[in-house]
Amino acid sequence: MNLTQTEYSNMTDKASPPSKFLRNSILAFVVGGAICVIGQALINLWSMVLPEDDAKIAASCSLIFLAALFTALGLYCKLANYAGAGTLVPITGFANSIAAAAIEFKSEGLILGTGVKMFIIAGPVLVYGPVAAVLYGIIAWLLRLFV
Amino acid sequence: MATRAGKNTLMMQNKPCISGFAAVAGKKEGEGPLARRFDKLYEDTHLGQTTWEKAESTMQGEVVNLALGKANLTAGDLQLILAGDLLNQCISSTYGLRELNVPMLGLFGACSTMALSLGTGAVLVESGAVQNCAAVTSSHFCTAERQFRYPLDYGGQRAPTSQWTATAAGSTVLTPGGNTGVPSVQAVTFGKIVDMGITDMNNMGSAMAGAAADTITNFFTDTGKTPDDFDMVLTGDLSQVGSDLMNQILVRSQIELKEKHADCGLLIYDRETQDVAAGGSGCGCSAAVLCSYVLQEMQAGNLKNVLFVGTGALMSPTSVQQGESIPGIAHAVWITGC
Repeated sequence: MNLTQTEYSNMTDKASPPSKFLRNSILAFVVGGAICVIGQALINLWSMVLPEDDAKIAASCSLIFLAALFTALGLYCKLANYAGAGTLVPITGFANSIAAAAIEFKSEGLILGTGVKMFIIAGPVLVYGPVAAVLYGIIAWLLRLFV
Repeated sequence: MATRAGKNTLMMQNKPCISGFAAVAGKKEGEGPLARRFDKLYEDTHLGQTTWEKAESTMQGEVVNLALGKANLTAGDLQLILAGDLLNQCISSTYGLRELNVPMLGLFGACSTMALSLGTGAVLVESGAVQNCAAVTSSHFCTAERQFRYPLDYGGQRAPTSQWTATAAGSTVLTPGGNTGVPSVQAVTFGKIVDMGITDMNNMGSAMAGAAADTITNFFTDTGKTPDDFDMVLTGDLSQVGSDLMNQILVRSQIELKEKHADCGLLIYDRETQDVAAGGSGCGCSAAVLCSYVLQEMQAGNLKNVLFVGTGALMSPTSVQQGESIPGIAHAVWITGC
């Protein structure tokens, strides 16, 4: 075959249809925005019975609960198929990634299945999130020493 | 005995017969264009089982029995089963076939496994080493997703180049040549590993296109045949992206398949309405398309010569995560109608 890998790579790029950038962006904006509106509504609702800081935490917990519920009902992935980053980026996406794995690997048992594999997607965020926070803290501390 | 033509092709003298064939498929495939062609459709993707893996195994066991029934044989008449699937250690085949009590060869050729098992079975029957054997493969969307990609309920978006693993299984029963009224195997070309340098797991059609083109070129060179001698060159499963690329590569070798080319991944679903991105894939996809629509049309006399080219992407999630490219492979089986 008289074809270099670079030539083939160019052919592949041409033959591969691109993602629908505009459609995906609009859907992500609308759905992601709608989730945030629900979040705000939840904060307002919880504020009726809780102090403002607690209401924000309760709203996050409510969103996590709803995302896990919709994941279990098999609806979250259907919405995400259209919404993309709109459902991935908010806290609901994080909840979905843990709930989906927990459900999926239940067949391998509660310990080796659900327990071990629950963080198969969320794991990197849980590892590198705190690492990034520590690094940020060190930088902020150093800046305060000299500035 | 099979005789070697050219460098890579084995020509059959006795032409082993495909005396029985059957295909089963799941709900989504039952909503596709080939729905009425399958011997059995499962409304419940779990098949009443507790795990997806058990569901896939059940499909494989059932499809062998259906094919045996059509060949008027029982499992006791088989001297060998050649089987494979996509799961680690080929567990769908092992658990699906363990009750049959027949010697078994487990084969792995990723999505090319139907062509691999059919070709190997034909050579064994041709040699006289085996009288009757079955070649069977399966795939299940849910078992493949959880092994190769993400949990089923994870909210991700599929790339337009990705392929949808078919929930399906297909089986052929091979018997010695001489049976009239059934399709027979004329030649087999086993393919080389061809690595085009593709690393994107969501674009497997492009990873396999080079292997398909290589095997098809070898087959035509070895046999002296041309696409004009065939009613159909059936690849499985390059889908849209891989099919385009394979045809572009073949044109460079002065081989033009044009309307003779069909692809199992494009036949099994309606891409316009079924949201399967580039098309179907999985061992069960090419197996089910071959063992339903294509062999039925051959039996009916509507297709005479078909070159069935099973294509596989020989990767694992581990190799892809380690940055390895995805090698492809393709095996060709020349089938002649009644």
